[in-house]
Amino acid sequence: MSILGTRVERREDPRLLTSGGVYVDDLREPALEGAAHVTFVRSPMAHARIEAIDVADAAAMPGVLGVFTGADLDVDPVAPGPGLGGQPLPSAMARPHLARDVARYVGEPVAAVVTETLAQGEDAAELVSVDYEPLDAVVDVDDALRDEVLLFPEAGTNTAARSGERDESLFDGCDVVVTRRIENQRLAAAPLETRAAACAWGDDGRLTMWLSNQNAQACRDAVQEQLGLDEGQVRIITPDVGGGFGAKIGVDPDAVLLGWLSRRAGRPLRWSESRSENMVAMTHGRGQRQTVTIGGDREGRVLAYRLDLVQDLGAYPLMSAFLPTFTGLMAGGPYDIAKVETTARCVVTNTMSTAAYRGAGRPEATAAIERAVDLFAAEVGLDPAEVRRRNAVRPEQFPYRTATGLVYDSGEYVRAIDAVLEAAGYRALREEQARRRSEGAIRQLGLGISLYVEITAPNNAEGEHGHVEVLPDGSALVLTGSSAHGQGHATSFSMLVADQLGIDIDRIQIVHGDTDRVPAGAGTMGSRSLQLGGSAVHRAAVDVREKGRALAAELIEIDEADVELVDGDWRVRGAASVGISWAELAERARDRGGLAADVHFVSDSPTFPFGVHLAVVEVDTETGGVEHVRHVTVDDAGPVLNPVLAEGQRHGGIAQGAAQALLEHMSYDTDGNPQTANFADYAIITASELPRFELLHMETPTTLNPLGVKGIGEAGTIGATPAVQNAVVDALSHLGVSHIDMPTTPERVWAAINEA
Amino acid sequence: MHVTINVNGEEHGDEVEDRTLLVHYIRDTRGLTGTNVGCDTTSCGACTVLLDGESVKSCTVLAAQADGHSVTTIEGLADGESMHPVQRAFQEKHGLQCGFCTPGMVMASVSLLRENPNPTDAEVRSGLEGNICRCTGYHNIVESVLAAAERTTEAAE
Ligand code: FES
Ligand code: FES
Repeated sequence: MSILGTRVERREDPRLLTSGGVYVDDLREPALEGAAHVTFVRSPMAHARIEAIDVADAAAMPGVLGVFTGADLDVDPVAPGPGLGGQPLPSAMARPHLARDVARYVGEPVAAVVTETLAQGEDAAELVSVDYEPLDAVVDVDDALRDEVLLFPEAGTNTAARSGERDESLFDGCDVVVTRRIENQRLAAAPLETRAAACAWGDDGRLTMWLSNQNAQACRDAVQEQLGLDEGQVRIITPDVGGGFGAKIGVDPDAVLLGWLSRRAGRPLRWSESRSENMVAMTHGRGQRQTVTIGGDREGRVLAYRLDLVQDLGAYPLMSAFLPTFTGLMAGGPYDIAKVETTARCVVTNTMSTAAYRGAGRPEATAAIERAVDLFAAEVGLDPAEVRRRNAVRPEQFPYRTATGLVYDSGEYVRAIDAVLEAAGYRALREEQARRRSEGAIRQLGLGISLYVEITAPNNAEGEHGHVEVLPDGSALVLTGSSAHGQGHATSFSMLVADQLGIDIDRIQIVHGDTDRVPAGAGTMGSRSLQLGGSAVHRAAVDVREKGRALAAELIEIDEADVELVDGDWRVRGAASVGISWAELAERARDRGGLAADVHFVSDSPTFPFGVHLAVVEVDTETGGVEHVRHVTVDDAGPVLNPVLAEGQRHGGIAQGAAQALLEHMSYDTDGNPQTANFADYAIITASELPRFELLHMETPTTLNPLGVKGIGEAGTIGATPAVQNAVVDALSHLGVSHIDMPTTPERVWAAINEA
Repeated sequence: MHVTINVNGEEHGDEVEDRTLLVHYIRDTRGLTGTNVGCDTTSCGACTVLLDGESVKSCTVLAAQADGHSVTTIEGLADGESMHPVQRAFQEKHGLQCGFCTPGMVMASVSLLRENPNPTDAEVRSGLEGNICRCTGYHNIVESVLAAAERTTEAAE
């Protein structure tokens, strides 16, 4: 029986559970012996001219090896971009490694202090004195759009990119048109391990850098480029990584600078930021102001949909100027809508830059359309589940070409809706809701449904690399350009290889996140690991198996068709005693280049997983407090390789989605001061705010890869966010509440009740 | 100053600066890097260890306060090769993903079960309120703690 699809416990865990893993800060590599520490001096002002920096007092402190400012750097600022649809962005918006003339957000690095010990760094950094001349700050995107205060006067505008055109006749022929402005608030990714880096220059002139990052190969390229080094001069290693959620995709200029500082100081260096530093200086996610307009007929048929969005880029446009491209492409969601229009504007503000966060542009699309569908359902007086059933793309329509030009591969949307409604006991819940309403109960019940489709491995063009090799001791070695930060690649990828080679998973070594050992790869993001990385490893394993078969047949002197793999050894069909082991084969294959295969797998197109989330909440109408009491979901990402891992991904995603809907908001005051700059103020969701999750199972395979799989990593977040938000609104709809922005905090809920 | 602290069953005498936090003593002086630091406001619980059997956030205790006491970290929980029932339950129920919160989560769970050997789902959730996990959504962590409770009860019967 195949190991695929079975509940295999994670191989990673014993080590993590007994000794706690080795994250960057835990490294005790000989190369890092005697490493000094880097402490950044960060701007306390959101927008200010830097008149002068005096480092003399700091430099005189004990243990100080050097204090560096922008004036010392011979490193070019990081070019911005790419913008919407890949368009170039104004070059004036480049991000310096250390701010030079102007600081543009609270937390921007303006100086770096290198000291023998961490404590000395903290003391010395206090003494770097910076003369700031405050400038007006612009924090709100609508204000930024007015271009009264400019972050980059040379660019002449705060709008870094725009796309889409407005069709004034879009809603012609619609009996019902509803429009609403909604906020997709800024979030902190908040991986539990903050950013950390360490580096050392070797005698051979090579720089080795250990990073807590999702994509070693891209970091290698970025470090080489930014520091002006030759190809092959940088090695990046990502050891255990304590969560990423998209915020560790890019290489931070802060981390790149470590390589430069290390060369200047002539010492290996370490940097590990505090949580407060992480909250203000690691990229944030989301941050879209959206206006949805939805139109259709009285029977609940949606005919046209418009999404106007403004993306808050923060001070320097990084990846977030590209992410609304996904929001636009996915705007119409899982619905068969004839006309879909998106316009997007990306603007800079005096806040930390935004970039990817779990789902990266797609949760924003789903949140918008799922709120819009509920607004439309309320207007036509139909149950929101029924409106979704009536508009969902039908199985016979696949492959389905959307109005935005994508081709959805496969899906069973209505079946997923029905499965969730049935499992949740939807009708009974609605009756209970009606009962509480008629009794005027203090605790009202809310049901929120969301139907979503997402795009996974959107960056499929890069493909992914996989190498499989049987070693002379009969074990297998796998190299993958995909790289785990909690997803369990060591378990899932060894299952794929065990399935083909019959070698025990404990005898399969998975190597990732080291650019010397795996030079080609694109890391882990966008739920691409299994469909691209897994497919590459699977194909490589198939190649190795066939090489093994050919060699076994040759050695036994028999037809290839007559040898088979039995319990991990090659046997002659029908004569089980005659055979040859993998170890023996690998030994014999040594002088023929070994039993190895390399595969670069590229998919023709991304895949489109989908699902349905039903959230049940109780809202206390006296306090505005919301309790998330049930959550029932289907997340269909095709065949499941290891249910343990897939469920774990779904759980984590639901929690992050619910957290956005209920609690989290990375907020700034109007002067650009962060108001939620640590875990005491930023409301990370805890165990007591979440229910047990009820997961249903459905598998609709894709034909786009040999495993039939789609991505699962972001599903929970995409589906849960609007489900929970819709549930909160639904609990109060009978009072006349039609929308509450996220996060639906008690204050906001209470205000909505009182204003209704 | 000089401190004598029993760490994972072994007594150690060390010189530390007065301001040294227990977590830094554990990580830097004792070289046990399983205990992690996830915040600077005593909010995340990643640094949770047992001090005389009770869970504490080691980022808010001075090493000096542990003088003459015993500390158990994640490295000292297993009995030789065999994992503690709570560790085993986390493995079986997939109670961890990236693993960064895990040492603290496991230590907090051990202490929770010591105080309440048969907790309900809700009791586990409120008992772990001081420990943040960004990966698992807590579902499987709660399952892990409940499974460990069940196993311990069975073993006692
Ligand atoms: S590091 Fe101790 S509670 Fe966060
Ligand atoms: S497993 Fe990653 S923070 Fe808990």
